[in-house]
Amino acid sequence: MSQIMIKDALQQRELMTSGHLACPGCGGALAMRMVLKELGERTIVTMPACCWSVIAGPYPTASVQVPVYHTAFETGAAVASGIRAALDMRGDTDTTVMVWAGDGGTFDIGLQALSGAAERNENILYVCYDNEAYMNTGIQRSSATPWGAWTTTTPVAQPQANPKKDIMAIMAAHRIPYAATATPAYPTDLVAKVRRAKSVRGTRFLHILAPCPPGWKYADERSMELARLAVRARIFPMLEVEDGQHWRFTMDHPGDPVEPYVRAQGRFRHLDDAQIALVQERVDARWTELLGRVMN
Amino acid sequence: MKKVIVGNHAVSWGVQLARTEVISAYPITPQTQVVEQLSEMCASGELNARFIKVESEHSAMAACMGASAAGARAFTATSSQGLALMHELLHWAAGARHPIVMADINRSLGPGWNIWTEQTDSLAQRDTGWVQLYCETNQEVLDTTIMSFRLAEQVNLPVMLVLDAFYLSHTAEPVDIPDRELVDAFLPKRQARLKLDTAEPHSFNALVPPASYMEMRHALQEAMREARTAFDEVEEEWEQRFGRRYGAVEAYHTDDADLVLVTSGTVTSTARHVIDQRRAAGERVGLVKIKMFRPFPTETLRAALAGIARVAVLDRNLSPGRGGIFAEELRAALYDVPAEDRPQVYGYVLGLGGRDIRPDTIDTVIERTRAAAAPDREDLWVGLLGDDGAPATTGRAQTSADSLPGVEA
Repeated sequence: MSQIMIKDALQQRELMTSGHLACPGCGGALAMRMVLKELGERTIVTMPACCWSVIAGPYPTASVQVPVYHTAFETGAAVASGIRAALDMRGDTDTTVMVWAGDGGTFDIGLQALSGAAERNENILYVCYDNEAYMNTGIQRSSATPWGAWTTTTPVAQPQANPKKDIMAIMAAHRIPYAATATPAYPTDLVAKVRRAKSVRGTRFLHILAPCPPGWKYADERSMELARLAVRARIFPMLEVEDGQHWRFTMDHPGDPVEPYVRAQGRFRHLDDAQIALVQERVDARWTELLGRVMN
Repeated sequence: MKKVIVGNHAVSWGVQLARTEVISAYPITPQTQVVEQLSEMCASGELNARFIKVESEHSAMAACMGASAAGARAFTATSSQGLALMHELLHWAAGARHPIVMADINRSLGPGWNIWTEQTDSLAQRDTGWVQLYCETNQEVLDTTIMSFRLAEQVNLPVMLVLDAFYLSHTAEPVDIPDRELVDAFLPKRQARLKLDTAEPHSFNALVPPASYMEMRHALQEAMREARTAFDEVEEEWEQRFGRRYGAVEAYHTDDADLVLVTSGTVTSTARHVIDQRRAAGERVGLVKIKMFRPFPTETLRAALAGIARVAVLDRNLSPGRGGIFAEELRAALYDVPAEDRPQVYGYVLGLGGRDIRPDTIDTVIERTRAAAAPDREDLWVGLLGDDGAPATTGRAQTSADSLPGVEA
């Protein structure tokens, strides 16, 4: 993929400013920048507690130039439903109402409100930028943390024992009109999905893999490389799901071995060869399961 | 137009007349009729509003926050467990200065499951930054609902109007439903000074360092102070337009009284009956009804009660480990009244979980207050069953030295 293609694909406008408070190499910051470029100025964002509660800047500053409503951890989808209702009442059905939530606010504490909004098919865009743990509070496990990972609440002697929750299957089960996975490592793919999501009415869900240098324990400059490895190794496949039923891949997943991805991250440093083989097995099994969905 | 309606429907009518724009709610007994009728009103077009049928009370409040932040007039209703579930967001709504109006139908908290009236659910939310207004009749419920929106939007604070489960929520009374045009003149469309608006982007509720947080809380406290006087102004105008007012505090036959009952909610009506009877018999008794609990109308209560020898507070609520909540607040309010004018405050806990408070229950309170030289250290419980299962008159005061029949020392 050439740089020219990326430049053409992305809008020139910037709705995110410099001076934000993200860590160097933050996948979540880059994701916001790209998503806002595509959504444009007519966007209202609500953010439950997450890294972005900090990245957006303390009062009285702001690092995004669209209206932002910071809200309590479990309320993103419900607050967005209220904003949508108020806009509709004043005849504004075009402004995009976006929830911008981390994995904790989506997979865990916010899942009930998200399920409610999705069941009602609220006309909102819900974006989960997934850095696979509670990074803002200092790297505690969430139900998005992958099997075998170290976090401060899953220490090396007892690492994450459960597989990552399948949020896409959960959202698909709600039969929402559009759901997709993405990562800023593939900007054209991400932007195409945001564009698609923006054009659809009803609940739209984007699951964005957002590599996190301090949480995953790797050098700042490797975020995009790791995200690409995750996609190529089928750990984080690039998908679109329409109406909860029509699954399709948006790019090729060559099936590179998981080992380079795992070895590159300090959070997996304690895993031995046998355990990495187990990671590979689990990824393969999920891939097979996913192929079943995509083929249907 | 006069209609005979239950208290829950008085709320719905008020919400409809207020031209509420966004409603979000979750069912819970005994509140459910409020939102059932609002659903009907929205479906029929009588009320042009978006009704978000959420999956929990927590989301109901969250949706109201979003709607209010985007400039809409927003409403929800709940009871008991539902209100407790909202607790976190009650702080959020007040801190964000959203003029949301909520009806709480007072119901006891479990366990065990009990759907009957008690004030502990709302009083437990006293520190969340919500104005709290308690109602005695269905007419007062309807009037207070509409006035609440006006007050909320004037001072940018959320308002909780409170009514008793069943004694109001499910009891039909004649209610004068005001004309829509008159209500429109009293309560114009909300004009939010700041709102979520892409033409003028703002960030709401961002991270706040110690250098700013305290000033924001002080502004909240000042808004509460403003709410106290704004409430009187709002009621003044309501009275001019509709001929009715209730007062943050109402004094009933207190002028020459040597003993005054302090009540809130429907027990007030029972107490009025007792006061009328005793007045007819020449007894110098009176009544003070507290409608406004937050902001606490300290000065008004001091003026109403100074110089009265004995004040008996009827608390249908409990702060375990302390006692009745109104009594406690009142003691604090009266503490520095000069000694010669300072009433003795007798606290009574009664009627919990919907237990009847009958005229003879209130007679017991008055008799006990007259008989005791000084209040007990702890509030007395009235209406407890004795060891034999029969009703005891009063009971279980730690320091009671009195020997009224049925009093346990």
